[in-house]
Amino acid sequence: MPITEDGDVVRVRQLARNYAQQVALSLVDQTKLVTATSELARNTLIYGGGGVAHIEIVADGRRRGVRASFRDEGPGIPDVSLALADGWSSGKGLGLGLSGARRLVDEFDLDTEVGRGTSVTVVKWKR
Amino acid sequence: MERVPILKIGGVLLVSIQIDLQDQSVLALQEDLAEKISTTGAHGVVIDISAVEIVDSFIGRMFATIASISQLFDADTVVVGMRPAVAITLVELGLTLGGVRTALDLERGMKILRVLGEQRRGPSSDEDADPLRALL
Repeated sequence: MPITEDGDVVRVRQLARNYAQQVALSLVDQTKLVTATSELARNTLIYGGGGVAHIEIVADGRRRGVRASFRDEGPGIPDVSLALADGWSSGKGLGLGLSGARRLVDEFDLDTEVGRGTSVTVVKWKR
Repeated sequence: MERVPILKIGGVLLVSIQIDLQDQSVLALQEDLAEKISTTGAHGVVIDISAVEIVDSFIGRMFATIASISQLFDADTVVVGMRPAVAITLVELGLTLGGVRTALDLERGMKILRVLGEQRRGPSSDEDADPLRALL
């Protein structure tokens, strides 16, 4: 689904919640996943200038989980380790979005190129 | 964009968030509250988040901002009713909400505001001696 305005962030959260319930994540894990997707969707909107979110159910053997990917064609992140550091912010937020989201999920994958855009994929597995 | 209603009970403004907050609604609420505190002279603000399923960094920052704004109008802010899953997630996210007063539920939040109000202004007037009574 596209992320081009404020309301899309809410829709991403609702979609993530829906899938999290389908794979029966615990309430705490649902909340963590939905919070992480909210942070990432907002990043896509504000820093990436909009983009696309893709949320799906994934399986690894008998284990099931939810994967959420966010892709934008914005300016990219010049210094990834800095962007992932707690408290660092380019000025519009608290600097917790990226680093905080990473702590809330089981898998976190960041791919970014200056001038080309950023793609972030996270997975939360059912325990 | 949906707006969050602000109710006045005695000298306290009650904000009960019942919608899935989008960022514009958060910003509108901050502005509406500042306006309302200044026009009503309320001494306290209660933000009830018992129906809120997630608090991300943007919404969390709103609590701190509202607390700072209300302080400028000599009013106290209490956030009440946080769900356990939300609390666990907030801590892991790294949001400490320093400076934001919290209480388990609305009743305790009202009590805190009354005590704080009395400490700062002396015994409160009849109108807000027991704001909860107005509800009953």
